[in-house]
Amino acid sequence: MNPYQKNGLYIHVPFCRTKCPYCGFYSIASTSLISRWLEALKKEVVYYKDRFEYFDSLYLGGGTPTLLSTRDLEKIMQHLFAHFDFVPNTEFTIEANPGDLTSDKADGLKAMGFNRVNLGVQSFNPQELLFLGRSHTGEEAESALKTLRASGFENVGIDLIYGLDGQSLKGWINTLNRTLTFQPEHISCYQLTFEKQTPFWNMRKKGMITPIGEKEERSFFLTTSRFLEEKGYIHYEISNFAREKIYYSHHNYKYWYHVPYLGLGPSAHSFQNKTRWWNFRSIRRYCEALEEHKAPVEGHEDLTNNQMRLESIALGLRTRDGFAIKETDLESQSGDILSRLQISGFLTIKKDRIVPTRKGFLVADHLPLCFQ
Amino acid sequence: MPQIRNFSIIAHIDHGKSTLADRMIQLTGLVESRNFRDQILDNMDIERERGITIKSQAVNLPYVNSKGEEFELNLIDTPGHVDFSYEVSRALASCEGVLLLIDASQGVEAQTVANLFAAMEHDLTIIPVINKIDLPSADIDQVREQIEVDLALDSDMAILCSAKEGTGIEEVLEAITAYIPPPEGNVDQPLSALIFDAHYDPFRGTIVSLRVFAGRVRPGDTIRLMSTGATHKVEETGIFRLGREPRDALSAGEVGYIIAGIKTVSDTKIGDTITQDADPSPSPLPGFREVKPVVFSSVYPVTSEDYQGLTEALEKYKLNDAALVFQKDSSAALGLGFRCGFLGLLHLEIVQERLEREFGQSLIMTVPTVEYHFTLTNGETLSVDNPLYYPDPATIEKAMEPFIKTSIFIPERYVGVVMDLCLERRGVNSRFSYPTPGRIEIQFDMPLAEVIYDFYDRLKTVTQGYGSFDYDLLDYRKNDLVKLDILVNGERVDALSQIVHRDRARSRALNACERLKEEIPRHLFKIPIQGAIGGTIVARSTISPFRKDVTAKCYGGDITRKRKLLEKQKKGKKRMKMIGSVAIPQSAFVAVFKADNK
Repeated sequence: MNPYQKNGLYIHVPFCRTKCPYCGFYSIASTSLISRWLEALKKEVVYYKDRFEYFDSLYLGGGTPTLLSTRDLEKIMQHLFAHFDFVPNTEFTIEANPGDLTSDKADGLKAMGFNRVNLGVQSFNPQELLFLGRSHTGEEAESALKTLRASGFENVGIDLIYGLDGQSLKGWINTLNRTLTFQPEHISCYQLTFEKQTPFWNMRKKGMITPIGEKEERSFFLTTSRFLEEKGYIHYEISNFAREKIYYSHHNYKYWYHVPYLGLGPSAHSFQNKTRWWNFRSIRRYCEALEEHKAPVEGHEDLTNNQMRLESIALGLRTRDGFAIKETDLESQSGDILSRLQISGFLTIKKDRIVPTRKGFLVADHLPLCFQ
Repeated sequence: MPQIRNFSIIAHIDHGKSTLADRMIQLTGLVESRNFRDQILDNMDIERERGITIKSQAVNLPYVNSKGEEFELNLIDTPGHVDFSYEVSRALASCEGVLLLIDASQGVEAQTVANLFAAMEHDLTIIPVINKIDLPSADIDQVREQIEVDLALDSDMAILCSAKEGTGIEEVLEAITAYIPPPEGNVDQPLSALIFDAHYDPFRGTIVSLRVFAGRVRPGDTIRLMSTGATHKVEETGIFRLGREPRDALSAGEVGYIIAGIKTVSDTKIGDTITQDADPSPSPLPGFREVKPVVFSSVYPVTSEDYQGLTEALEKYKLNDAALVFQKDSSAALGLGFRCGFLGLLHLEIVQERLEREFGQSLIMTVPTVEYHFTLTNGETLSVDNPLYYPDPATIEKAMEPFIKTSIFIPERYVGVVMDLCLERRGVNSRFSYPTPGRIEIQFDMPLAEVIYDFYDRLKTVTQGYGSFDYDLLDYRKNDLVKLDILVNGERVDALSQIVHRDRARSRALNACERLKEEIPRHLFKIPIQGAIGGTIVARSTISPFRKDVTAKCYGGDITRKRKLLEKQKKGKKRMKMIGSVAIPQSAFVAVFKADNK
């Protein structure tokens, strides 16, 4: 199913200029620890250098990786190349903040080996950007996109957020239309979610933000899917669209299909041989561990076969590829339910796989509960 | 030889019975303060939590009075709920006197009166005790007046105490020795002993609590249970202190226990007479009757694999609760289970809670029902305690349901709301009396079926906690009864069927539909819920499907979080009952019979 079977490498850059109030990823709004973190990261690379062979994807995420200077980014890349093996045609992705992308920066990224940029545009609407606490403007995003193309990036992804308090469907379509003028290879459309321990979570609890209703969620979701598919994009995962199959995010596929991945940096998760482990969600503790020549691992779990199956089903149902029928025991309990879910239009069967429909995507959190 | 006094404490719930017992136990030095815990006689967690006594319990208190005379005071603690009124009556039959405990701020309540009547029936000496005199809201004069007017007792006799503060306890003990007569009974006559309770001990079998009225029983004796004729060899006799304390014999007048190789408590019957097999008493003690359940409900395991576990749990539980009766039952919706009979709704709740808590069972209980009597057109009569066996309506000549006499005590200002409540519950033939200024006693004849749901809760709500309530079974009366079925997604769920009065059927049905709508989680498809009488739909509600249920992001490589959530949901779903394609949580079955809570 997934042609990218080699290991994936993720690096978490836990720094931001300012914290966006909706974001639940770990980062701090300070640059003072960058050099210490960088040293620790290098140690972590060395620690894992013989434990993972060949990577075919690298994803530099965060946080805000483009907050790092070109020099620091180069150092990281050189260090990675020195200790890890990457196969030819590896997908090298960096997450970028529109405000950071000068032409020099874009050229630098290209020169150091990145061949894919995922740009955190979120919206083109000034009010929405303000609400989301973004430090860039829609114009800056547009110019960043032009810069990327000018620097020769042929694989660009754009992140958008929808379902904001007060946002109209029409306004959202405008954002999508503006996005399409750049013909991005990849578009992620995330519905706004409220993550614990974020300012938005607290504001919602206090009633300062009203999440959109389930009906609106549904119509936003369906409209987005129909609209982008009409424009030729493939809705290949709940929140992800690609212009062609080759532009599916190679890296994310590893998460969804139990392909081994190594996550470096604070809070990063890794998976190998049915074991998943995760790093400290604290730069200080992360650095201290590595400075003491210890792995900065906070916890791990060994997955049972049942847990592996449950994940395969749950994650599979979030993608257009679905999951292999053999993961579930149709004979016993799921047989009847399967035909019902098919008749109701949530699923289809394609060869030996159970595949969610667009309507199935809408209830993808519930569907795994229907299978044993 | 110490003199003996046998007594019990009777009180309305929350008037401080267990606290007074605690203080007397402490004062007589039976237990050192450092080993003391509150509600010492209430052994079960559930008794402590609910603040009620479920099982009778006896304790022997050594006491030297102010004149230096030695006593053994047998306190027989009685259950404090109308469900257990027969047990209470047997405990009272074992006494010569009672302390009638009255809360100084609450005054006389329904159970105070009911208990007093019960004590009078047994011709017991009654010592009024006014408790909680330390409360700022205590109104001792008012309570004295109630004692005179309402209870027709001598209020000068009343002892003032605060069990909580420990004041007046000495006076209570003195009064017991002074006023309650010593037990009569001839040691030389044939053995005649009353069983007032039985406990199960996993090592010794049944521990029978008894009061000896005549004769003597010793280890080695062969005793006979007069109602069944069964004989057993006595292994041990003794009294209850904090634990069991063996004695060589129990003689006329004494209260204690025997162990006689009796396997389960069901082999003994409360109220039965024990005598010597070799030299039997010519007649049993009066007042014995078989305890008959009045409320019925079926119990099912949540998953059918747990049926064996439930069977074992029920059998074990039954070892210690002779009042519970059960037999195999099966439901199309819920599979194999048991039809159980209970003494009342509290008894039902206790059994359910203990099975879940002490035996780790996940249960589904069906709507409780009473026993209905039907006369069919062919002249046959039928007792039905399970809606499954409701006869074909075309063949019903006459339907009868049990009625009770309720007696409700309230402050005058609540008359209106309580009248409304009783009339809504099909109460008829109301009577009023005014025991004291400002207070009213309302009596109604009411169908038992209307009371077993949530009547007491509702009464407490509408009277802001001031209403108290007691009842007696009255008779069977003719009524128009129908069977109400509940259909979930078009499928009749037999476990939700109930027999109801025709006039109440629609509101019950509406209620059930609404409650189920709240309790059944949304599914991927629309779920209609309907209430039907025969082929006619009388109520409906609809559970709308999920419109959208998906989170935008699977956070990076943190799949663990996502999976854990799913595992939790799956576990929750496993605890639900699948009816066709609808998952119904346990709580939904309960919600239906806790109806009318608005």
